[in-house]
Amino acid sequence: MAFVRVGPADFDPGAEIERLQADAGDAGAIASFLGIVRRGQDNPIAAMTLEHYPAMTEPAIARMAAEAEGRWALSGCRIIHRTGLIPVGGRIVLVLTAARHRQAALDSTAFLIDWLKVGAPFWKKEHPLVGPAQWVEARAADDAAARRWSVL
Amino acid sequence: MAMHILYFAWLRERIGLSEERVEPPAGVGQVGDLVAWLRSRGAGYAEALADTTRVRCAVNQVFAAPEASIADGDEIAFFPPITGG
Repeated sequence: MAFVRVGPADFDPGAEIERLQADAGDAGAIASFLGIVRRGQDNPIAAMTLEHYPAMTEPAIARMAAEAEGRWALSGCRIIHRTGLIPVGGRIVLVLTAARHRQAALDSTAFLIDWLKVGAPFWKKEHPLVGPAQWVEARAADDAAARRWSVL
Repeated sequence: MAMHILYFAWLRERIGLSEERVEPPAGVGQVGDLVAWLRSRGAGYAEALADTTRVRCAVNQVFAAPEASIADGDEIAFFPPITGG
């Protein structure tokens, strides 16, 4: 059963990896994805706000984590996704998976982050250094990345 | 027929509400019907819901197409395409 947490609190990636390792029994591999607020180049930002649909977010992530646990026979999985205002350089999302071998851990991590980009109800608003805040437009490339896994 | 409607991101800003209870008229049986009826409720609704290629929906926390049926007591959310992760 995956650990899923959605909310404003920051997290310590190292401590999260240690928790997963402690819970994952005889795993031989842990893979991670850490998403960070990027300043950007064309219209640099100071921060980003993440809005979400609380009643839907955690159940939707938990369903997809269970799908990954089954598909790759994972020994464990932790997903943390932050909400609210996060400054440049701040952590947004952490996906960790544990498996007997590296390929299952790496592939399931890629699957989960590709799916999170299009399947979990989050919306990003950028706060540029100059000018008004703007909602981020969805990218067709994200849909294509998720479709590789037949989840759309 | 009473429904709980939620709006997120720029739909929330354009409509000016994060949620509301509505009682659509008889004949509003699908998500698409509800969108058409909501558009008639004011300029903010009409603008927010004008381009349905940019609007997504969930019925009772599950993604739903315009043809999805809706019923009394449902929670129906409207939002832009997702930009999480």
